[in-house]
Amino acid sequence: MAYSDKVLDHYENPRNVGVLDKDDPSVGTGMVGAPACGDVMRLQIKVGDDGRIEDAKFKTYGCGSAIASSSLVTEMVKGKTLEEVEAIKNRDISDELALPPVKIHCSVLAEDAIAAAIADLKSKQQAKAS
Amino acid sequence: MIVDFSKNHFDLFDLAQRYELDETQLTSKYQTLQRELHPDRFAAATDAEKRWSLQAASLVNEAYQTLKHPLNRATYLLGLNGVSVDEETDTQMDPMFLMQQMELREALGDAEATPDPLKALDSIASELSSGVRNCQTKFADAAEGGDWAAARATVREWQFFDKLKREVKAIESRLDY
Repeated sequence: MAYSDKVLDHYENPRNVGVLDKDDPSVGTGMVGAPACGDVMRLQIKVGDDGRIEDAKFKTYGCGSAIASSSLVTEMVKGKTLEEVEAIKNRDISDELALPPVKIHCSVLAEDAIAAAIADLKSKQQAKAS
Repeated sequence: MIVDFSKNHFDLFDLAQRYELDETQLTSKYQTLQRELHPDRFAAATDAEKRWSLQAASLVNEAYQTLKHPLNRATYLLGLNGVSVDEETDTQMDPMFLMQQMELREALGDAEATPDPLKALDSIASELSSGVRNCQTKFADAAEGGDWAAARATVREWQFFDKLKREVKAIESRLDY
């Protein structure tokens, strides 16, 4: 199966690979996995005082499409509010990367990773507020 | 009729429909069926009977491979109980488990650069084996208790260990020339 140029670009030059401090109250961490392919994805977002995402990092073990999906997503979320990020759907990722149907689940993994990161961040914020 | 196509894999080998099974019985029943379905025994048979024997032999082979391999057996047993693990859109798993998987993968990625790669791989392999054993016990308990949600969650973790084990083997055979 041939990867699209965009997938190859993100695969060969992944953006924002790394780790943020998961104990930082302004950092949300999302971890998801795909048992069928053995993929593991960790996506982290750091929200600034203005409520916008100022940094995002990922680490993914998986196929090229999974790596490209998570790399792209870290670029998409930066500067956005949580509400805007929540509106990102896997379709936005798969369309941008021109993923073939058999790789759509990689973009689902990325969407679920963002959702998990936001959920983690919100539970931290609630814990702080209470 | 030696083989009844409507039977499930366990019934085919006269085994109880549960995870724990008598491997000796499985193999001996498999060999018996194989002998009975051997093409030589159908040399004088009609074309229809020959076709039937080939289909039966292929079903017996598939059933044997499924039941012999513990993870395949567990997945098959889930399927018989109406539980599927194939959904690619179900990505929710215990974060602690995923963290451990990520660490194992990091260790695997670093193993080749260590002074003694085979030793590093051995240590990963033994951690994976203990993970698999743990899954087997947990699955057997959950399945016996009819807790199919827990059984399914266990198979999903087991799949990760299984995949990594195969990757370790592939690296080992590449290094061990």
